[in-house]
Amino acid sequence: MTPANPMTRRKDRIDDLAATAGSDRAAAVREAGSVDEKPGVSLIASAWQRLRRSPVFLIGAAITLVFVVLALVSPLIAPHDPAANLLLDQVRPQSNPIPGPQPGYPLGADDVGRDLLSRLLVGSQQTLIVGVFATIFGLTGGMTLGILAGAFGGWVDSLVMRIVDVLLSIPSLLLAFSIAALATRPSQLTVIIAVAAVQVPIFARLLRGSMLAQRHSDHVLAARALGVTERAVVFRHMLPNSLGPVIVQSTLVLAVSIIDAAALSFLGLGNPNDRQPEWGQMLGRAQPFIYDNPHLAVYPALCIIVVALGFTLMGESLREALDPKTRR
Amino acid sequence: MARFLIRRLLQMVLVVFVLSVMLFLWLRALPGGTVSAILGERATPETRAALTKALGLDEPIWVQYGKFLWRALHGDFGTSTRVLPGADALDIFLTRLPATIELSAFALVFAVALGIPLGYVAARRANSPVDSGLVILSLVGVAVPVFFLAFFLKYQFAVDHNWFPVSGRQDNLSCTRITNFFVLDGLLTRELDCSASALKHLVLPSIALGTIPFAVIFRITRASVLDVLGEDYVRTAESKGLTARVVRGRHVLRNAMLPVVTTIGLQTGLLLAGAVLTEKVFNWGGIGNALADAFQYRDYSVLQILILAAALIYVVINLLVDISYAIIDPRVRTR
Amino acid sequence: MTLKRTAPLVLLTAAALSMTACAESQRDDSGGSGGGSADSNVKDTFTFGAAGAPELFDPLYATDGETFRVTRQIHSGLLGIKPGTADIQPELAESWEPSDDGLSWTFNLRQGVKFSDGTDFNAEAVCYNLDRMYNQKGAGQTAAEYWTYFFGTFSDDPENSLYKSCEAKDANTAVVDITRTTSSFPTILSLASFAIQSPKALEEGDANNVKAQGEGFTYPDYSMNPVGVGPYKLASYDEANKTVNLVANENWYGEAPKTKNLVFKIIPDESTRRQELQAGSIDGYDLPNPVDWKGLKDAGNNVEIRDAFNVLYIGLNPERNPKLKDLKVRQAIAYATNRDQMVKTQLPEGAAVASQFIPPAVSGYNESIQPYAYDPEKAKQLLQEAGAEGMTLKFAFPTEVSRPYMPDPQKIHAAFTKDLQAVGIKVQEVSKPWNGGYLDDVSANGAYDAWLLGWTGDYNAADNFLGTFFSSPKTNDFHTNVLPWGQQLSDDLKKADAIVDEDERATAYQDLNQQIVEKYLPAIPVSHSPPALVVSDKVEGLVPSPLTAETFDTVTVQK
Repeated sequence: MTPANPMTRRKDRIDDLAATAGSDRAAAVREAGSVDEKPGVSLIASAWQRLRRSPVFLIGAAITLVFVVLALVSPLIAPHDPAANLLLDQVRPQSNPIPGPQPGYPLGADDVGRDLLSRLLVGSQQTLIVGVFATIFGLTGGMTLGILAGAFGGWVDSLVMRIVDVLLSIPSLLLAFSIAALATRPSQLTVIIAVAAVQVPIFARLLRGSMLAQRHSDHVLAARALGVTERAVVFRHMLPNSLGPVIVQSTLVLAVSIIDAAALSFLGLGNPNDRQPEWGQMLGRAQPFIYDNPHLAVYPALCIIVVALGFTLMGESLREALDPKTRR
Repeated sequence: MARFLIRRLLQMVLVVFVLSVMLFLWLRALPGGTVSAILGERATPETRAALTKALGLDEPIWVQYGKFLWRALHGDFGTSTRVLPGADALDIFLTRLPATIELSAFALVFAVALGIPLGYVAARRANSPVDSGLVILSLVGVAVPVFFLAFFLKYQFAVDHNWFPVSGRQDNLSCTRITNFFVLDGLLTRELDCSASALKHLVLPSIALGTIPFAVIFRITRASVLDVLGEDYVRTAESKGLTARVVRGRHVLRNAMLPVVTTIGLQTGLLLAGAVLTEKVFNWGGIGNALADAFQYRDYSVLQILILAAALIYVVINLLVDISYAIIDPRVRTR
Repeated sequence: MTLKRTAPLVLLTAAALSMTACAESQRDDSGGSGGGSADSNVKDTFTFGAAGAPELFDPLYATDGETFRVTRQIHSGLLGIKPGTADIQPELAESWEPSDDGLSWTFNLRQGVKFSDGTDFNAEAVCYNLDRMYNQKGAGQTAAEYWTYFFGTFSDDPENSLYKSCEAKDANTAVVDITRTTSSFPTILSLASFAIQSPKALEEGDANNVKAQGEGFTYPDYSMNPVGVGPYKLASYDEANKTVNLVANENWYGEAPKTKNLVFKIIPDESTRRQELQAGSIDGYDLPNPVDWKGLKDAGNNVEIRDAFNVLYIGLNPERNPKLKDLKVRQAIAYATNRDQMVKTQLPEGAAVASQFIPPAVSGYNESIQPYAYDPEKAKQLLQEAGAEGMTLKFAFPTEVSRPYMPDPQKIHAAFTKDLQAVGIKVQEVSKPWNGGYLDDVSANGAYDAWLLGWTGDYNAADNFLGTFFSSPKTNDFHTNVLPWGQQLSDDLKKADAIVDEDERATAYQDLNQQIVEKYLPAIPVSHSPPALVVSDKVEGLVPSPLTAETFDTVTVQK
């Protein structure tokens, strides 16, 4: 749980999660390996059974579903072009900085006369993109390092893990901030990269942990004994079995990324181009208006909170469902 | 044990060294720099060149790093150019640190005071609506961007109701400073109004900063109480007919607290290092705020010491946690 | 607590509706520590929200407005600034006159003036101070940035220095010799940097002992213990609590300040300053965001608008983009940009489209010049004539900054980008943080074709604007050396600046302004924007200054 912040990403928590892969597998192997054709309740099936009954999961899944659908169809249902300064002529900094709600513009406009409702709707798209790509980048980077470390062990492992430790020793927001600050030409991509970079060491540690847990497990030993190449062992056997925790972590990271992107924007390191709206950016840029026109900040903030909550709820209940300890 | 310690210490030194190199390179790779931050619109090629030279920024980067390292090993971390011009960077760190520790401590108190009881309640009623509600609530706290929560708190309780101050650490009371822990200083000097004022200033930022550790502590407490509740000895105790109170106090809480305490320890380090946003929003004169200022004006010396120190604190706390593990569980040492 | 935790979602939603409604502030009167004022209706403390910490208190080494705001209360110069205007007035010098050649200036000093340490102010103190500035060595030269900027060089390079010598004729007469005539002298002596400080204190505090050490300068004790002539003196700088405390200077020659204590509370974040004002914990702050003006007024505060003393322009670099060498292309950009709309929708009331590169308050302003109209058709036609249709323009703006002349650069840039695209110019948008390379790229690197930048005047002289922009053609931001008239313009500006007679000089500048805008157009003047400062309704007697040179000794704060 609690992805939203630097503070929560502790090594041991990552390792806890990693361990679930090993033990799940061990348990599953025991079940599967215990001879028979009996349709023993598979891990996934039992997890699903518990998830189906969990209100926490259902709420999370519902929010996520609505969000994803919205991101896909929003350009079609948005009443106006989110980049068009339709109400610019009404904007007067000293008397009417933010055009209010009016026919055709149920939420009014922003400070340069763009329809706020359309921007919120279409904003879901970029927000999803930030979340998804940050997660993918983080995962890819982490996977590369984690596989290197977990698969080979030895000095490769030591080296990689020391680098990971150095990265983990920097508070995550600072790390994202540092990387975003390096961008000579800030854009949505640099924001995504900055946010993703924070996830790399976490995924790396996670994957390495779960692979280590499997190195000596029966199915890996068996595969080795059968003469399966090291490569195949890593990619066919170890990696797929690590996916459980990775999926859980990814769900959580999606939420973190969206919130971190908002924080970057708040600190002035976001994407300066706001023609394609994104909620974090909208929230960050609403700062000067937050006092007299709090709705400019409150709406995107609510969107972020709800969506981050959705992903987090889903991730948390997934984690619990996959954790053998809670299966008693 | 000694070997374990030495190995960990060496590793720690290595991590800090690598970090210092990375940090140094990073700072110099940043677009812009001290010189243009100081000169602003008024910069001319001549003044720019003169200032660059005066600050020693025209030398090759490895020479600069060598000098930095040499000085740092002698306890000289350079001079601030902007956060407090002319001041020793180490001094800045040392005067700002108490502010951050004070804030973190209170945030932690908030998180613990709320997280443990609620976590316990949630675990006792696992899978009930109360439990789900509390879990969702703790996650909401986490999903709210810190700066937004902070603004909201300020608006409701400082501007609208005037119950708490908007920002800063203390009213302007000309208090005596001894340790720079304002609450403590007030008690030491018997300037109780100073302590009171400092306490009042602490409330809102502590809540803002404490929300996330609260969620973590809540979750750990819940999970670990759940674990313990499933243990045989608790069932035995219950079946023996011991009162609920005795079971709770003597068996459940005590055994469930170990992981919670570890978590609290780890949270402390992260709080210290992670208060940038909260400090910025509440104009708190701590490390996080200095860091933001230093970054904005490219105050290299201050940035270097603040980031290195934050990392060092984190690494040391991790080391302490690992050592305590090693003491408790000998198996760890051989890992 | 539980209630608070269960409520966030509900509260958050409610917040959207409720926050706008509540404007009334409940005041907390605990501000003044220990009363003692004669008038019981008046507070003895005025608390001002400053946007940044002062660097130090020796103005010679200071470089930013937040520092000068403080030093102006504790120091005075030979010349002062008439409250509410950009014009000079007598301060420590009661009168002054030049010799016929304009190279020797006699200052008749105010009598009976003492520094805040009780020592006497006299002609020797004046010369001691000027010589001290002139004789800076080593790191001190680099740190004394304003001296370098306005006087050129120091005693080790007398050829290039504007300052020559100072002589104390008698106790109350100082004669200052300069090396060339310029409109800037003696006006520059009104700058906060060149304040006269107590020779004794300078001596004892080892004031010139600036050293470069470890990527920064270290300053001597004096820089934290200033002794000058001013209505206030420094009581304490509480760095841990980010507060600067000033108290009335009992040795001040003038009328005692109306409010005994002056406190600067350092609050970098603008919305926090606003909240502090609403909560009553500060009495005023500088540079409220224009979008806040209405809300601040509605809440009963007084938004004091200063006269605009700045200019925003679109800079152009013909060296990087040779298409810009053609006057028609530069004019096309002027015609293409809807500056009128930008000013109306983004800048505060009182802002105006700029027709030239100096604001109306500066002598030499030419009333007859009309700004280029918004005329996209004409722009297209000019581009066509120049064979520059579809040209690409790398157009930059700074992030992480708000200047009085451009409250939100990103928005201004976005508006102009749209306009330029409408006439067929392909805009390549670039941004960089203000301190993070933007200024380097504009000046040192010449990395942009076009960019947003501006200037706030230091004092009332056309040279402070035009000279800054367009002289030294080889090194100025506009790369005028690649344009046929670059050197000519620079020479003409120098000539105009050297004219001793004021009216004659003003006429010369008026002609130059016309020439610059109509024949040269090295950049596009955009707007003059008035900065404001806001005080609560309890505050009286604050006179806003176009140069942001307010002194706070006339301020009273009602309880």
